[in-house]
Amino acid sequence: MSEIFEFTLENLVTAKQIVAKYPKGREASAVLPLLDLGQRQNKGWASDAVMNGVALFLDMPRIRVTEVASFYTMISMKPVGKYLLQFCTTTPCWLRNSEAVLAAASEYLGVGLGQTTEDGMFSMLEVECLGACVNAPIVQINDDMYEDLTAESMVAVLKALKAGETPPHGPQIDRQKSAPSSGAAVLTKLTFSED
Amino acid sequence: MLQDKDRIFTNLYGLHDPGLDGARKRGDWRDTKELLAKGRDWIIEEMKSSGLRGRGGAGFPSGLKWSFMPKEIGDRPHYLVVNGDESEPGTCKDRDILRHDPHKLVEGCLLAGFSMSAHAAYIYVRGEFFNEAAALQKAVDEAYGAGLIGPDACGSGWAFDVFVHRGAGAYICGEETALLESLEGKKGQPRLKPPFPAMSGLYGCPTTVNNVETIAVAPTILRRGAEWFSSFGRENNHGTKVFCISGHVNNPCNVEEEMSIPLKELIETHAGGVRGGWDNLLAVIPGGSSTPMLPRHICDDVLMDFDSLKAQQTGLGTAGLIVMDKSTDIVKAIARLAYFYKHESCGQCTPCREGTGWMWRILERMVTGDAEIEEIDMLHDVSKQIEGHTICALGDGAAWPVQGLIRHFRKEIEHRILERKGVSRRPVAAE
Repeated sequence: MSEIFEFTLENLVTAKQIVAKYPKGREASAVLPLLDLGQRQNKGWASDAVMNGVALFLDMPRIRVTEVASFYTMISMKPVGKYLLQFCTTTPCWLRNSEAVLAAASEYLGVGLGQTTEDGMFSMLEVECLGACVNAPIVQINDDMYEDLTAESMVAVLKALKAGETPPHGPQIDRQKSAPSSGAAVLTKLTFSED
Repeated sequence: MLQDKDRIFTNLYGLHDPGLDGARKRGDWRDTKELLAKGRDWIIEEMKSSGLRGRGGAGFPSGLKWSFMPKEIGDRPHYLVVNGDESEPGTCKDRDILRHDPHKLVEGCLLAGFSMSAHAAYIYVRGEFFNEAAALQKAVDEAYGAGLIGPDACGSGWAFDVFVHRGAGAYICGEETALLESLEGKKGQPRLKPPFPAMSGLYGCPTTVNNVETIAVAPTILRRGAEWFSSFGRENNHGTKVFCISGHVNNPCNVEEEMSIPLKELIETHAGGVRGGWDNLLAVIPGGSSTPMLPRHICDDVLMDFDSLKAQQTGLGTAGLIVMDKSTDIVKAIARLAYFYKHESCGQCTPCREGTGWMWRILERMVTGDAEIEEIDMLHDVSKQIEGHTICALGDGAAWPVQGLIRHFRKEIEHRILERKGVSRRPVAAE
């Protein structure tokens, strides 16, 4: 029998809350959220043990869990670094020079796409559209999007992470979220009852 | 330009509190109980007469879609499923709704769900939107806490639950039946239709799947009236719409505008114009990556709505504009999209699984001109063999941008091929 993974007590509570969202008999709906929870507990990847654990927890055939895990890009089937850098290079990011961001990161870290730095800190991955195109180019680092990047700001973010800091995510230029960087021409004349 | 008082998404840029207190100040959850008391038929009729068409890309009339649900609850429960798997390149509008105006979506779920006799809504949010899903979950928790949803939603006597479900990275799950498969815990592979979700959707139960924006605009439409909403945009293209303007503009941004706004006005008013000026424009992809591009001369006066763009053999899609100036390698831009579709094809239908790879490989060669002239027609032919021959619209979405490239930039492809063969030179400016 292969290795079995068990949720920590805290995650066990979360897992039960997740399963409770779905009707009785439809527990399989929780497979993706539980794979996500499992890989978070397992340094960011869904090992055989994690998949075994999820299959047992949901009383699902193991092969169905593998089938799902291998279909979705966010379930990692091999180990990843502490920081998973996902580089969007789809056309809207490419038009805003995602190539330069990718090259700068690769040069700074000394690894390429699909590779992890020797110290296990950073993994680089090319991904398809991350859905933040007006803030292109984007790199997602674990759960956070770093937006409006340049080669320089990319390296600055990586340096900060290396130094153990948590650089603020979102736009890396002076800009309010998805508003024009020149300042919004709209939504300026609103007054709310208690503002 | 649309006036601020007529904007639905008054916190689009996250300048204000997205929480319940802030949302209430902006008018959310006002008189929701009274709206529910007007009854299901009233809600559906009001939505129909507002002229709202689905905001996820297909543009199907929303009120009509809601009316397809069985009138009475039979032996199977009804479900509302909200599609927040926003992944169409060029599109990032739902992201702002989820993180900055989530209460509009939660309230919309209650009103829409009630009108179709559903006691539960599942909101499927793309996995990469971790922080956005957290913001939405916070809004859901607040709504439960205030009794706005739950066993007696807004004191209406109607029980209503809202659940947030995160995906895990698959563009195909934005297709409604693939989304349902994914939500059931399977691979996201589209289902054959019929049966349509209204008859057999989530767990085999009557289900309506709507885009985030479609559901989030519903409360404001019902509060301000169908007539108000339909006063914007041309006939058959009514309302306001969140546009995403990315690519080679001076100030890329999201903005809510009136439907049927001229494309040029939209770009110049809100995105600071094309980089290097309007004359530096090469082409615009008007509605997300699946919609065929428009060369500059059409961009000069085309209107941003369903019918106007359809007349130009493209579409409004998600209203995500990808702007490309004259520095763009236009063949490469489409080759990259072809790679996207190849990567995201679920592999179920052969024309799509094989054809997207063919198109990508031919296009990659065409970037450098390493192709034969006849291959341009062959590429077009491959795109036609995919279009309309697959279970879902991903195949169509992969074929259309390639067809758009050939339609408007065939000469550019020919030039590259002939140039590589050394039999032709580009015209050189006499300077």
